[in-house]
Amino acid sequence: MNPETLHLLANILSWIFISGGVFFALTGALGIIRFPDVFSRMHAAGMVDTLGIGLILVGLMFHADDWIVVVKLGLVILFIFFTSPTTTFALARAALDDGMIADALPDLNKAETPSDKKGAL
Amino acid sequence: MTLFAATAIAVLVAMALALVRAFTGPTVFDRILAVNTTGTLTVVLIAVYGFIDNRPDFLDIALLYALINFIGTVAVTKFVRFGGMGVAPDKRDQGDI
Repeated sequence: MNPETLHLLANILSWIFISGGVFFALTGALGIIRFPDVFSRMHAAGMVDTLGIGLILVGLMFHADDWIVVVKLGLVILFIFFTSPTTTFALARAALDDGMIADALPDLNKAETPSDKKGAL
Repeated sequence: MTLFAATAIAVLVAMALALVRAFTGPTVFDRILAVNTTGTLTVVLIAVYGFIDNRPDFLDIALLYALINFIGTVAVTKFVRFGGMGVAPDKRDQGDI
């Protein structure tokens, strides 16, 4: 293929990836506001951390001038890919140890005190 | 350039939405979660700004910000749960969160 066709193809692919990433980032951020309790909000935050960030950074890769830029973007994706589940795990365990119960589980809610009384700051 | 500017604006809007939860969140865990998401979106904002300004060196800062964001979030979580950064005195097996 000639360079102009490749350039156009890279532009179109980058638009597709970045649009998808922006969609997931905005949807996840909206979910952080709208969802009822902290555990479902963690699900929305995971959507931002994996698909939102990943797709935007992959879309940026198509505009890189040098191979080291692609490597650095890949490293950012790799770090967030591993650190985001670790953060969510630590946070969920701390919340569970503090006695918070998911509001979406009504049977567990009867056994414990309401979760909005716990962990208030 | 237009694509990068639109991406930066969308990321800023997502950060603002996450910050609303950080300010209004009923529990401290909601606030930690929202601040962590804001930090993750900041990484993308730094990377996109590097592409806007044609300075790929900003990716090093983004990489560093991702690592510091992770360490800070885990440290704050552990501090909130145990009231300190060391091993919890009464629950020795739960010191490593």
